[in-house]
Amino acid sequence: MTTVTAPLARGLAARVSPIEGLQQTMTLAWRALVQIRHNPWELVDFSIQPIIFTLLFTYVFGGAISASTGKYLTYALPGILVMNMFFVTMYVGMGLNTDLTKGVFDRLRSLPLARWAPLAGRITADLLKQVWSIVLLLSTGVILGFRIGTTVLHVLAAVVLILVFALAFSWVSVLVGVLAKGPEKVYLLGMTTLFPVTVVSNVFVPTETMPGWLQAFVKVSPVTLLANASRGLMVGGPITGPALGSLLWAAMILVVFVPLSLCALKLRV
Amino acid sequence: MTHAIWTEGLVKRFGGTVALGGVDLAVRTGTVHGLLGPNGAGKTTAVRVLATLLRPDAGHATVGGYDVVRDAHQVRQLIGVTGQYASVDEALTGMENLQLIGRLLGMSRRDTKQRARELLARFGLSDAAGRAAKTYSGGMRRRLDLAASLVGRPHMLYLDEPTTGLDPRSRLGLWDLVRSLVADGVTVLLTTQYLEEADELADELAVIDHGRVIATGTPEELKAKTGARSLAVRPADPVDVPVVISVVGQLAGVAPEVDGLVVTAPVTDPAVLPAAVRRLDNAGVVITELTLRNPSLNEVFLSLTGRPTEETTHTEQTEGALT
Repeated sequence: MTTVTAPLARGLAARVSPIEGLQQTMTLAWRALVQIRHNPWELVDFSIQPIIFTLLFTYVFGGAISASTGKYLTYALPGILVMNMFFVTMYVGMGLNTDLTKGVFDRLRSLPLARWAPLAGRITADLLKQVWSIVLLLSTGVILGFRIGTTVLHVLAAVVLILVFALAFSWVSVLVGVLAKGPEKVYLLGMTTLFPVTVVSNVFVPTETMPGWLQAFVKVSPVTLLANASRGLMVGGPITGPALGSLLWAAMILVVFVPLSLCALKLRV
Repeated sequence: MTHAIWTEGLVKRFGGTVALGGVDLAVRTGTVHGLLGPNGAGKTTAVRVLATLLRPDAGHATVGGYDVVRDAHQVRQLIGVTGQYASVDEALTGMENLQLIGRLLGMSRRDTKQRARELLARFGLSDAAGRAAKTYSGGMRRRLDLAASLVGRPHMLYLDEPTTGLDPRSRLGLWDLVRSLVADGVTVLLTTQYLEEADELADELAVIDHGRVIATGTPEELKAKTGARSLAVRPADPVDVPVVISVVGQLAGVAPEVDGLVVTAPVTDPAVLPAAVRRLDNAGVVITELTLRNPSLNEVFLSLTGRPTEETTHTEQTEGALT
């Protein structure tokens, strides 16, 4: 039998280099993705659900709103991508909460890792899930009759913009994940707040069709701004205004939620 | 004499509760040091401070010569932690869990795989290597936990209540594993509520109560100090009870307690057992029961603190139900 614990004869490093930190982040992201293999329902959740949403809205609302489903999809799909992004960020909080409640987070903290690696790993894994569901939704959309009105580069820019916003919004999810008592509470809170917040926007219907008081809210909603920017980049229309608005929102979310989340995490562990 | 772990006046408060009220510990390199105490005594808090998971409010602690606050990163390179709070990822397989840790520690893909296989084999988990950890039994989970804390070949291993909630067979198996690790030269810090476990594994003990070390020494010293072994004799005939009381009283040097037919007295010298047999035989007393009982944790506590442990049985039940 081999000796399990031969003494280490090397000097001990005083800190983690940024490159090691990145490697650790990638390893932790890998782990978050491998988890899906043993929990296929999560894959179903963030793959099939958005497709069902797209199908439902296209065929139930499409006729009434735009007369043709293809035309409606061209209006709605960029917004559906945005809406879906909000829901996918929930997995950051759920995963983090599971780690905290099950003791995995403490195990990670007892290892010589970069302090930021566990969170960065979660968020990186989330970005990969985001890319996956965007590709899935776009492909479904194209099959159902969505037509890109701009260039491939514009579409890529829209994807990047959505991902940048996802990166910022993940921190809201981190805070919920740290404060919640259990992963299912994160899910519940996410569903009940994100649904109204994302629907009260111009994702499914143009702002002009809503009552005045609601319009005021919808116009400044980050969901509307991001949906407008994506629409502009994918279909055509104004880009700069809504894109800058979205980035401003992302910056504000970061400024508020990064310190808040880190503070809450420090208090919890 | 070298010390793997050294603490001085360690204090930790949670709100108004004092979890550690000035704890001094000295753990010699290459030994098993037991922290013995009831639930809520501060054992886990002490381990969490030594594992760099909690910052002490006062006092200081060094592990392998490194300060747990100032040199936390170095300390983390020396330790392996196994406890109910530092656990494995249930959604990953046994193999993946060990691979995750190996990769995080900067080991190559090949070394990690080899190391994981070796540990899984040693801990009897090879057959379950490809199954998600959530399907493991309590005993298998603890073994995987222990394996995970050994991936990086730690110099110090913290085992926080490693066998709480395990069935007797799994407990014995885990004890064997711990002994083999010590043979490899690892320093072990073990917390437990069971005197038997401390007795089996620990070279030295610190008894903790209300966040303070109330006694230290080898298990033998503590038992001698507490004198809590008890001699119990039950005569076949109730008529013989006075004779038994007199014999047991002479041997123990104190007045025995009588409960029905059973006469009990605390003793320190194991030689009282043959002496009791001889004298009772000479007196013509026929006995149905004669035992020399080791002190239970409750009795050690009773004699050290003047009060019994609270919640010990209660905790065993609830934690057993969880695993």
